[in-house]
Amino acid sequence: MKIIIVGCGNVGATLAEQLSKEGHDITVIDTREQLVENISTSCDVLGIVGNGASFSVQSEAGVGDADLLIAVTGQDELNLLCCLIAKKAGGCHTIARVGNPVYSREISFIKEELGLSMIINPQLAAAREMARLLKFPSALQVDSFAKSRVDLVNYRLEESNPLCNMKLKDMGSRLRCDVLIAVVERGEEIIIPDGNFELKAKDTISIIGNQAKMVEFFKKLGVPTAAAKNAMIIGGGRTSIYLTKQLLDMGIRVKIIERDEKHCEELTEMLPKAMIICGDATDKELLMEEGLMETEAFVATTNFDEENIMLALFAKSCSKAKRITKVHRISYDEIINNLDVGSIVYPKYITAESIIKYVRAMKNSIGSNIETLYRLNDNRVEAVEFLIKEDAPVVGIPLQDLKLKPNMLIGCITHRGKVTIPKGQSVIEVGDTVIIITTTAGLHDIRDVVR
Amino acid sequence: MNYSMIRYILSSVLGFEGLFLLLPAMVGGIYGEKEGWIYLAVAAGSLLLGMLGRIKKPESSVFYSREGFMAVSLSWIILSLVGAVPLRMTGEFPSYIDALFETISGFTTTGASVLSSVEELARCTAFWRCFTHWIGGMGVLVFIMAILPLSGSSSLHLMRAESPGPSVGKLVPKIKSTAMILYGIYIIITFCEMIALKIAGMSLFESMTLAFSTAGTGGFGLVNSSIASYSLAVQIIITVFMLLCAINFNVYYLFLIRRPKEAFLNEEVRSFLLIVFVSAALIAVNIRADYSSIFMAFHEALFQVASIISTTGFATADFNLWPEFSKMILVTLMFVGACAGSTGGGFKVSRLMIIFRSVKNEILSVTHPRSVQKVHMDGRRVPDNVVKTALCYLATYILILMASVLVLSIDGYDMTTNVTAVMATFNNIGPGLNMVGPTGNFGDFSILSKIVLMFDMLVGRLELFPMLVLFAPGMWRIPARKAEKKKSGMNL
Repeated sequence: MKIIIVGCGNVGATLAEQLSKEGHDITVIDTREQLVENISTSCDVLGIVGNGASFSVQSEAGVGDADLLIAVTGQDELNLLCCLIAKKAGGCHTIARVGNPVYSREISFIKEELGLSMIINPQLAAAREMARLLKFPSALQVDSFAKSRVDLVNYRLEESNPLCNMKLKDMGSRLRCDVLIAVVERGEEIIIPDGNFELKAKDTISIIGNQAKMVEFFKKLGVPTAAAKNAMIIGGGRTSIYLTKQLLDMGIRVKIIERDEKHCEELTEMLPKAMIICGDATDKELLMEEGLMETEAFVATTNFDEENIMLALFAKSCSKAKRITKVHRISYDEIINNLDVGSIVYPKYITAESIIKYVRAMKNSIGSNIETLYRLNDNRVEAVEFLIKEDAPVVGIPLQDLKLKPNMLIGCITHRGKVTIPKGQSVIEVGDTVIIITTTAGLHDIRDVVR
Repeated sequence: MNYSMIRYILSSVLGFEGLFLLLPAMVGGIYGEKEGWIYLAVAAGSLLLGMLGRIKKPESSVFYSREGFMAVSLSWIILSLVGAVPLRMTGEFPSYIDALFETISGFTTTGASVLSSVEELARCTAFWRCFTHWIGGMGVLVFIMAILPLSGSSSLHLMRAESPGPSVGKLVPKIKSTAMILYGIYIIITFCEMIALKIAGMSLFESMTLAFSTAGTGGFGLVNSSIASYSLAVQIIITVFMLLCAINFNVYYLFLIRRPKEAFLNEEVRSFLLIVFVSAALIAVNIRADYSSIFMAFHEALFQVASIISTTGFATADFNLWPEFSKMILVTLMFVGACAGSTGGGFKVSRLMIIFRSVKNEILSVTHPRSVQKVHMDGRRVPDNVVKTALCYLATYILILMASVLVLSIDGYDMTTNVTAVMATFNNIGPGLNMVGPTGNFGDFSILSKIVLMFDMLVGRLELFPMLVLFAPGMWRIPARKAEKKKSGMNL
């Protein structure tokens, strides 16, 4: 597909990289020459320097026969204008990034009236992910599948955990619990395990199951499953505002520490139920005074990635709080993962993921039968939801006899709205949806799954 | 430096050369020449080597501009070394150096020959000579890119190193599609010329080889007298196609996507055509007395001008005998060269325009010291680093030119011969003046001079820096894999 991306910031660059890898024709537009240059040297994309909202720049980028325009500059209004002009000029699908909380309640109105295909809000998406994590603080990451009927939880095995040194085939009989371990991350390696796989301490496992079963599973393991009762948020940016709203709705008490006095006042106005503290979070005394030792959750959302990481590391040293760190800019993913800063939320990846989902769905109408797509473990694992049609080669065969390609796993089967975690005897029927967990990127059809 | 990736690319080049060599083998088969078997053997060897080199896939796909430049320059060297083997094996060339000179001259689309009589060559050799022009014209790596799946960043670095012109522009987002479009246009132009020549009364073999030779702006012909012995219609067709191939191919793409307005506004092409017609008119007036009519004088002038400025190097007249003024115009045109993004060589019109404009800015800033000036092309600002590279290019160009002339002068020939021999090879034109004029050849030079000229041809075709980078300190060290290991070690 021909896709135009306006804005080459973090989100734009991530999108350009990932979409060009998926084989789309990407043209990027930005006014900043250096950024355009950087992207067009590192990825196979065409770069154009100019204002993305200008008609002549857009037509130079080929808006006339483009399929999709994605506007992800830092300015909401500019993004909307880009989309409007593209819509009139080329009649293509448009996706705009709109992040201002002022607009957030009017999103559906804007989307309908301006005829946009999708509006993304990286900060809101990040906040949603953070809230999900705080609901279940033991997890490193929580994703929801199959219309939120199934959860996928990432969990790091500590040495005391009973699962350590257990083979997966023994797990069912010992724990009597209907969940599935789909992915294991051991050091740098990502493994899709089979029955003979033995878990070890410090593995990060991804577990699939419905919410009730998941809670049961963790209770059996002796892991606390209750949501956090209070949270300390550093930084009063947009992410923080969205997050606070959600946490307050969940009944979690929130304390925001923000440096700028004037902004603090705005925050108090916007979030009357939250406690706003004006002060510098890098000040140790202040954190202690505000009860870092007692807090159950610590979220670092300042605009400086380094500061967030430092704060999370500090919080680790002096409290048992659940830590969430926002990392937006820097790209040393491997190193940050090894620092043990708790859960890390990357707004740029979340945004890219939801757009890629949309792009694949657009392509869907051209042929493949993907319903939804999720990316896990820093994009190294994909969970793809397929709708099973009559000609699919997996219908009617018990799973134990089905020959899947290596590094593929059937995560769950939804049969008439009921979710089951597959066993050897399970059979896939026409009309079911299945979730395939795989380390092979870019699955397009259920046929690609079997040998 | 990621050597395994470079090995992989070089093997692909070898494999494709093997495929290309099958064509002269086929020609040999059609005409029942025993030389065809030699081509077949070399083709098989080259294919085999290429396949062997491609068995092991490179573990790391790290590929930066350093690797790109090295892969391109080594590719061209290997391409020439292997391409020369059959020429020597058929016994038509007295030594391997001569065969190599001829092959490099072919691939770099120079068209300078060491042979004194071209007519004696076997048909398959004559075909291969002209076909090397066609391959070299658009670049063999661009061809590979259009066919093989290479990762985006690696092909971008390859394209940058191989494509002519001050800055590389993609036509469409994907480099693979860009390469395919370029080759598509190239093939169409070649095919059109073939048909035109066939209609003008040539045999299929003649029209094919000459079309290859013209489209690649090479200059190897089938007879010693180049194009002079053919009919007027053929000469006019060749003039038109020489000019067409010297024009930036992006312009044709603009026509293809129905944006002709932008195509006509392209400043480089307009300047190019202006230079061509003004020079041709001046020469026509200058040589009027020697020809029967003003039309013939203009025709001869235009053919020679088109041939020199497009860096093809065909000739219909021995311009060595023309008046000094006309000769000087032609020598100046040697320096100008074709448009960027064409199959022609030389200094490139756009680069000259950038330099002239920055010189103009410099003069202006003397009278208005505080004025802010930028170089513009096609209504757009030329980035400062492109201007800087163009100026550096000029300096390097002159240095290499001087050094080469110095080495050539050891042989003791006259200055006009030496200077024009270097200019003709360095700019990938072919014929120079005096001894290396349209009727002469490069055979009499010493081995040292031939090596220098071969180097000049390669340097000229790849636009200086890719070849020079091979001699840069530190280029051959620092394996990229080692650097990677270090990184993963840190993670553990």
